[in-house]
Amino acid sequence: MPLIKNGARLQDPWFAVATEEELDRSGPMLVPLALWQEHRDRLVDRVGPIGIRLASHESPAAIAGDLERFDLVALEFPKFTDGRAFSYARLLRERHGFTGEIRAVGHVLRDQIAFLLRCGFDAFDLDERAAAGWQAATGAFSAWYQPAADADAPIPARRRYAVPARASVAVIRSEPVQPPAPEPAACAANWAY
Amino acid sequence: MPNTAITANRLADGFVIYLTADGGWSESLADAAVATSDDELEGLQAVAERAARAGTVIAPYAFDVETDAGRPLPRGRREILRTLGPSVRTDLGYQAARS
Amino acid sequence: MYRYDEFDHTFVTQRVAQFREQVARRIAGELTEDEFKPLRLMNGLYLQLHAYMLRVAIPYGTLSSRQLRQLGYIARRYDRGYGHFTTRQNIQFNWPTLKDVPDILADLAAVEMHAIQTSGNCIRNTTADATAGVAADEVADSRIYCEIIRQWSTLHPEFSFLPRKFKIAVTGSGRDRAVTAAHDIGLRLKLDADGNPGFEVLVGGGQGRTPILAVTIREFLPERHLLSYLEAILRVYNQLGRRDNIYKARIKILVRETGRDEFARLVEEEWAHIRDGELRLPDGEIERIQAYFAPPAYQALDDACPELAVQRAGNRAFDAWVGSNVEAHKRPGYAVVTISLKPHGGIPGDASAEQMEAVADLADRYGFGEIRVTYKQNLLLPDIRKGDLFALWQGLVAAGLATANAHRVTDIIACPGLDYCNLANARAIPVAQAISERFADPERERAIGNVTVNISGCINACAHHHVANIGILGVDKKGKEFYQVTLGGAADENAAIGDIVGPAFDEDRIADAVETVVDVYLAERRGADEPFIDTYRRIGLKPFKEKLYAAH
Ligand code: SF4
Repeated sequence: MPLIKNGARLQDPWFAVATEEELDRSGPMLVPLALWQEHRDRLVDRVGPIGIRLASHESPAAIAGDLERFDLVALEFPKFTDGRAFSYARLLRERHGFTGEIRAVGHVLRDQIAFLLRCGFDAFDLDERAAAGWQAATGAFSAWYQPAADADAPIPARRRYAVPARASVAVIRSEPVQPPAPEPAACAANWAY
Repeated sequence: MPNTAITANRLADGFVIYLTADGGWSESLADAAVATSDDELEGLQAVAERAARAGTVIAPYAFDVETDAGRPLPRGRREILRTLGPSVRTDLGYQAARS
Repeated sequence: MYRYDEFDHTFVTQRVAQFREQVARRIAGELTEDEFKPLRLMNGLYLQLHAYMLRVAIPYGTLSSRQLRQLGYIARRYDRGYGHFTTRQNIQFNWPTLKDVPDILADLAAVEMHAIQTSGNCIRNTTADATAGVAADEVADSRIYCEIIRQWSTLHPEFSFLPRKFKIAVTGSGRDRAVTAAHDIGLRLKLDADGNPGFEVLVGGGQGRTPILAVTIREFLPERHLLSYLEAILRVYNQLGRRDNIYKARIKILVRETGRDEFARLVEEEWAHIRDGELRLPDGEIERIQAYFAPPAYQALDDACPELAVQRAGNRAFDAWVGSNVEAHKRPGYAVVTISLKPHGGIPGDASAEQMEAVADLADRYGFGEIRVTYKQNLLLPDIRKGDLFALWQGLVAAGLATANAHRVTDIIACPGLDYCNLANARAIPVAQAISERFADPERERAIGNVTVNISGCINACAHHHVANIGILGVDKKGKEFYQVTLGGAADENAAIGDIVGPAFDEDRIADAVETVVDVYLAERRGADEPFIDTYRRIGLKPFKEKLYAAH
């Protein structure tokens, strides 16, 4: 399955650990939550990057205290209809301030990619068909109604800042147009609505 | 084994269709192939599954039919309505299109 | 009415283009039905028994005459000349072809409509009380908040793959005209001690095989926190709602299994993190949306209308229609008019293309061009001058829309049932027709008074039979249709779930059974102004049960 990260195809540098024995390997290592919890003492001293893999019933709350140790959090989709990881990703980004890679693994449809990006995923294990449709899947909408974990200004903010509906948006988050609103300070912190 | 026919909905318009003996599909149950043995049924099901995979028909399934002089007739309210269209709009369902 | 700005227009146009591309992939064989199904459902496209069905959102049940005319056009151009209005204030077209659906959506987008999230495990079209903005007792106009919710919930990236579908209803006052207690989230507008609007928040109501009434988790939520609080509820539900069993996946089961207090605590805990974040509605935002719903240019009128009294006295049919279908308006000299889509013996909620156009014309001529779709599958004209009622009524008579039965026993809610629906166990419409014919005598119907009769074709309970005074549920027994009766349900602020009377009746006896129930009520009630539900609460199930099964 092709790995797509930040929109580009990559060779996956991570080794997916399945058994205890494999924990002795070197190099970037993706560890399931159960193995991490069982061997945490030994793994915290490891040199080399560690990623954690969470099943869809495993909330990131379980690893909140250890997040700085991880370069990657992989969130599983056992089937595409299991949408728990959409919340998990937003919590990782917005609540816990996780800045590493958040990867969607398992059964993900091409037509979910835009939502996943908005929730903070930046890497995807996709099948060939979904990977081939990347452009169409991510370019369908120029703006969305609600704030999420992505950098795009949502429609309410664009309305307030008078940004055209189809304009490129990354700019306005770093350099907002001077708002006409009465409380500029409040708006800066709270500019989605 | 009860006599059995295979039905599905057509991709293009969702209309009810029945698998015929030559592997095609008809809007009329009268044209349906009737399986009288497990082997025959399996053969028909294989054809239907292929059509579903090819995407021309949706959700094929087998259902029991009565036969009257070799002509299949639906059993049960649901299958009766599927052959006829909505009982409350006989001016608009399949009945109307066929008369 | 809300009007799209360039953002809304761009968004729905892009959504149409996206769905057009998805349909093309399906027709080209690039998507299997399993893959396409969730995509089409997210755009309201079902596969029914006989054909596709497209469910179009009518946000909070509000339509302009232009939009209603366009629905009529779509019915004629792409369908078989009619549409079906639902309890969720939507309209369903029963015969579209797959390749036409993108064109239908484009025609809808041209009049600021869409079919987004009318199905699927996402936040569905938010419903409101149909008299929002004109009800004398309302605290605030629920449409404002519904529009804010509509925008926030539209293609929400986090909440488009919930454990199950999710329905929100908003009512503008303590009187519940939106059946909030039967929704995943119910919001009841109220004022705090300083007169600021906010909401009582209810969660966990639902119908289906486990009917549960919603419970209050917050007595008062200030309006600026509306979206952050909804997001907190949805986030808790998305993570903890059951995904192992489709019958236990609704939020009602989570709330029941978790317990109200613990569920409320989880929501408040999540909310504490986000309440002052980006979702907090800033000063001016509510006013900005409110401006779209400013009252129309009412005239200063006397509330008394002598010519109306004369017209009523001179025409018994008109008098009866005013008696049942016309309600008080908050402005003097105006009235709220229900247009019944329940002709005696007809199909509840169906309207022909011609009728839609006729109503649109009448709304333009007499009612500021505005129409509402009601929970009871009727249409409503919210702003009619009393002096125009007679002329309006004549126009409705000409269109076959003047049935004088709003809220009466023949104002039956019925789902499509086995005549259309793939999930059905039994037909619902023919039962509604039989009952309606049975009570078609206007004098008798008036004597019976207001009573709700709801008929669902299966336990999914789309017709809300659990909360009907007389509820009817279709069940299948070996390929034959049977009907189970419940009594004592209520859908208002004193919501209740009906009690099952006993063994089901077959299709030939169900209208008799309803008649028996009505006869027991008439014999037992304490005067003509004791409504059915009050009599039922006073005397209980037993007298009904005895009469219903007496012969057996
Ligand atoms: S209640 Fe059942 S039969 Fe009626 S519309 Fe809903 S799913 Fe279909």
